[in-house]
Amino acid sequence: MTLIDLANPTKFLSLTARMLPWLAGATAILLLVGFYQAAMAPDDYQQGATVKIMFVHVPNAWLAMFVWGVMTLAALGTLVWRHPLADVAAKAAAPIGAAFTFLALVTGSLWGRPMWGTYWEWDARLTSVLILFLMYLGLMALWRAVDDPSRAARAAAILTLVGALNLPIIKFSVDWWNTLHQPASVMRIGGPSLDRAFLIPLLVMAIGFTLLFVTLHLAAMRNEILRRRVRSLQMMQASQQAA
Amino acid sequence: MTALAALIRRDIKIALRVGGGALIGVLFFLTVTVLMPFAIGPDLPLLTRLGPAILWLGALLASLLTLDRLFTADHEDGSLDLIVMGRTPLELACAAKALAHWLAAGLPLIVATPVLGLMLNLDATATSAVALTLLAGTPALTFTGMIGAALAVTLHRGGLLLAVLVLPLSIPVLIFGVAASQAAITGPLAFGTPFSILCALSLVSFVVGPVAAAASLRHGLD
Amino acid sequence: MSLGPYASFIVTSYALVAAIVVILIIWIAIDYRRQRERLRELEASGVTRRSGRTATEI
Repeated sequence: MTLIDLANPTKFLSLTARMLPWLAGATAILLLVGFYQAAMAPDDYQQGATVKIMFVHVPNAWLAMFVWGVMTLAALGTLVWRHPLADVAAKAAAPIGAAFTFLALVTGSLWGRPMWGTYWEWDARLTSVLILFLMYLGLMALWRAVDDPSRAARAAAILTLVGALNLPIIKFSVDWWNTLHQPASVMRIGGPSLDRAFLIPLLVMAIGFTLLFVTLHLAAMRNEILRRRVRSLQMMQASQQAA
Repeated sequence: MTALAALIRRDIKIALRVGGGALIGVLFFLTVTVLMPFAIGPDLPLLTRLGPAILWLGALLASLLTLDRLFTADHEDGSLDLIVMGRTPLELACAAKALAHWLAAGLPLIVATPVLGLMLNLDATATSAVALTLLAGTPALTFTGMIGAALAVTLHRGGLLLAVLVLPLSIPVLIFGVAASQAAITGPLAFGTPFSILCALSLVSFVVGPVAAAASLRHGLD
Repeated sequence: MSLGPYASFIVTSYALVAAIVVILIIWIAIDYRRQRERLRELEASGVTRRSGRTATEI
């Protein structure tokens, strides 16, 4: 089965139906292992046990940006190549990405209170992630505002591409500005500066959450394809009854 | 006269008419700025400290209000279709419309700033700082706002969605505009740093805005 | 396992993450059931797809 077959929604649906149970199982295993490792991780000499919040905050923050990246690729698929499943992928990803961004903001806030003494701070990293969250919400509103799915897809694709400009700002905000949020300790030139006892659970959780996104995304794409099938059948039914 | 110059002249003329949007923008700016002292209270030192922020917020909301008119009037009478189908590149036509909009709706805001600065107990330095940052920043607001206006033009209840789409993009402009004003008034921070970033935002929006707006119009108007 | 003086923050974070993830899963599952239900209804009312396949076929 070649890559071009994936452009066929029906083939995609049958492939998804076969893959989803395995993906869900792998996700569950990785998240459980990660959770166990997070629980067993040692206390940080400075933060104590609150370092454990990092194991849920950081994967969600990474995913918040990663999902917008996925939507950007889908947007290019819609505008440049007119790939039939690109629209579906973009629409399905938005609510999931918004949820991860929300979790990143909330867990970060709950981590900030013990660590910095404040629930919120208007520094560059937090502000740009908050803007990202608002953009997710705006994107979801745009999807639902236009009735025709393909027109909605093209409008959403343009907004996604414009919003992608925010991603490098978020990533490098802690380097460009003197922020309260700490600088990068994993994804940096020179390799991670995090101790292995923290790095391993973090990576396991990160991969687990990424698999969670892939599982949820494929399931949501399946729902979106079915929703479009319902819509076209309803229109066909309406025209049959009118005739 | 080239097509673009004609477009700019036409847009400015329409905007300057009563109900055309330019004067309404200034009126809204005035209203917001006048309401703030009522809400905050007559504490003059506090108003002085908040002055730049109030002026910037008023200018942002006023330009948001008038952005709706950028494309909808043309869409309703069909001239937007003619512009999209015309020979001039759509990106340049969008840039021309944004320029006209800024001249008609953005410049009056800047002209009104000294008067409003008096009401907020700002001295000459503060007012001129705010006016300068508005001069550098309101083009960014117009050009990035144009993206939202283009996306929302074909929607019936597009106005509110426009605001939701445009606001996240306008926040950086607001942040640096107020930062630059504060730097000029009090700051240990040099005025030049946030001001150059503000100018950079405007310059980037001159490119990104028309390109994205033109793409939206092309894809949205079938 | 002692979670230190800020235990409530840690527990709340993990609980919120679990809650939102569960909500996402449930929402997607309910949406799936709803779409399948609608397709079944359409099938029953006699509409046919252009390809001739049944409406509910995955």
